[in-house]
Amino acid sequence: MSYSVTEPSSRTKWFAGSMVILYAIITLLPLVWIIATGFKSPSDAIAYPPKVVFTPSLEGYVNLFTERTRVTPQMLEEAGEPTKWYDKIVHEQGAVISGKSRYGERFFNSVIIGFGSTLLCMILGTAAAYAFSRFRIPLKDDLLFFILSTRMMPPIAVSIPIFLMFRQLGLNDTHLGMILLYTAVNLSLSVWLLKGFIDEIPIEYEEAALIDGYTRFQAFYKVVLPQAATGIASTAIFCLIFAWNEYAFAVLLTSGTAQTAPPFIPTIIGVGGKDWPAVAAGATIFLVPVMVFTILLRKHLLRGITFGAVRK
Amino acid sequence: MADVVINGVSKFYDSVTALDNVSMTIPDGSFVVLLGPTGAGKTTTLRMVSGLELPGSGEVSIGGQPMRDLSPAERNVAMVFQQYSLYPHLTVRQNLEFPLKSPQLNTPKVEIDRKVANVAEILQISHKLDNKATALSGGEMQRVSIGRALVRNPSVYLMDEPLSSLDAKLRSDLRVELKNIQANSGATLLYVTHDQIEAMTMATHIGVLDKGRLVQYGSPREVYENPVSVYAASRLGQPRINILPADLFSDVPKGAKLIGLRPEQIKQGEGENSHVQRVEHLGDQTRLHLSYKNHDVITVTDAHTNLKEGDVVKVRPNKPFYFDAAGARVS
Repeated sequence: MSYSVTEPSSRTKWFAGSMVILYAIITLLPLVWIIATGFKSPSDAIAYPPKVVFTPSLEGYVNLFTERTRVTPQMLEEAGEPTKWYDKIVHEQGAVISGKSRYGERFFNSVIIGFGSTLLCMILGTAAAYAFSRFRIPLKDDLLFFILSTRMMPPIAVSIPIFLMFRQLGLNDTHLGMILLYTAVNLSLSVWLLKGFIDEIPIEYEEAALIDGYTRFQAFYKVVLPQAATGIASTAIFCLIFAWNEYAFAVLLTSGTAQTAPPFIPTIIGVGGKDWPAVAAGATIFLVPVMVFTILLRKHLLRGITFGAVRK
Repeated sequence: MADVVINGVSKFYDSVTALDNVSMTIPDGSFVVLLGPTGAGKTTTLRMVSGLELPGSGEVSIGGQPMRDLSPAERNVAMVFQQYSLYPHLTVRQNLEFPLKSPQLNTPKVEIDRKVANVAEILQISHKLDNKATALSGGEMQRVSIGRALVRNPSVYLMDEPLSSLDAKLRSDLRVELKNIQANSGATLLYVTHDQIEAMTMATHIGVLDKGRLVQYGSPREVYENPVSVYAASRLGQPRINILPADLFSDVPKGAKLIGLRPEQIKQGEGENSHVQRVEHLGDQTRLHLSYKNHDVITVTDAHTNLKEGDVVKVRPNKPFYFDAAGARVS
């Protein structure tokens, strides 16, 4: 154990540790509640006082992925013994499965639109950031400010013009439309973040590559990109989180084909009211991709957020 | 290898003149050192030859071929940078292979392995080949960086203060190494430094740059023994040449306003009195700080001298340089 003036005392560390744990509990509590609700039966989900201990059930998940029809007890008996476990769960509710729900499609839309716009945003953002960082561009500062200013308006302020524009262009309720829209919104953030990262890469590396026999584009690809990977990864996480969770534009501009999961999940209706376990199950599954993506890139994210401090 | 001709090259950055009508011929197989303080235009000259900068006017040609429309890649030059020399995301081996794998050279695998092993041997970095470039010490990094130039067979090697960030021991080792490599391979080398020992020991030619102008170009001995100006004379020699008003001495030629005295141009024991201000024993030599008619003069004396502060030493000039008021040489 080394002692120095900058080394915090053990009591300070203990205090800091407890604050972090407390904060983690507070932030994780809603998440735990949502995950738990997904495994409750509908009656347990709305029980008062709330049930912390309950019999787990997959009813929410089955209801999330299926369309069901209520039938009379005779018809249920005529249908015979349920063969599959999910049939059984539905039968216990006095219903039979009549088809797949649209959750799968909506989730898939989210994946296409979220990852598609993130990819497009990274390609355009890196190219623009590189240009802003390396080339002499007339009115560079004004252009950068202009790009940032597109982020200043709340989505709701521009949603009606965008709706009209999309209707004219035939982009309403299309995957392409949503990808373009989310890319446009995220581009300002990604250009600014990435420009910072690329500024930190000394130009000497590219000059060395030029002399080593590579073209400018090859130098960019072989020397700049690998070194900007950290910045690109952390920027990608920010872009994906925005596009994945976006609600306002999605509810306004999509209804059928290209509807993403966020506007769809609240519309899940059960028998005699909201089917809370199904909603919670939908939200839980919806959380998974961003969580996996973030965990995969977390090494870059940590280095990225503290950029400038760690890199030499 | 090839000769490099720089013909009337000028370069302006906004209102600053970086290079002003520089002309020089770098013969095939020569080791040319550019000397001058920061901002004299040494690095700019190097970058003109490399193609990283284009001349505002004038022309650079390598091996008789004009370079104006050629990209750095097409010029077949190798360059060692002062810092940020290695690609940090690659290993030492990948760094050395990098130029050989370029679309310009596209060397076969066997050839790459042979050359990399060979260069690693010369620079004593064989055991570090699979290390990350960032996991090396400063000296090792710079050796790899020189190695990345040596794996190639370019028309000319360009080096921008490659040894300046190294410690004294490594610097002198690599100085010898570089000179050997150059002498054995017959490579043409354009080398930028502000270290006069590097210039004196390695160069076949020295170019002295002053505010973007090439003021003298010749062999190290020529520049040392026959400087064209106070500025050129001050570039070489340790301790530095003493510049004094010429009228402190007799027999001054017409037009001479300043006299330049290197330590060996000061004859001790004859002439007029000077007072010893300070004695510095450096081991192999002893430096004397003298006061001659209230002017400071630094010279060298016997290593085992018994002179001490306050002693009186007679001195007189011996074949000194004379300069006019503007600093130009007067014969």
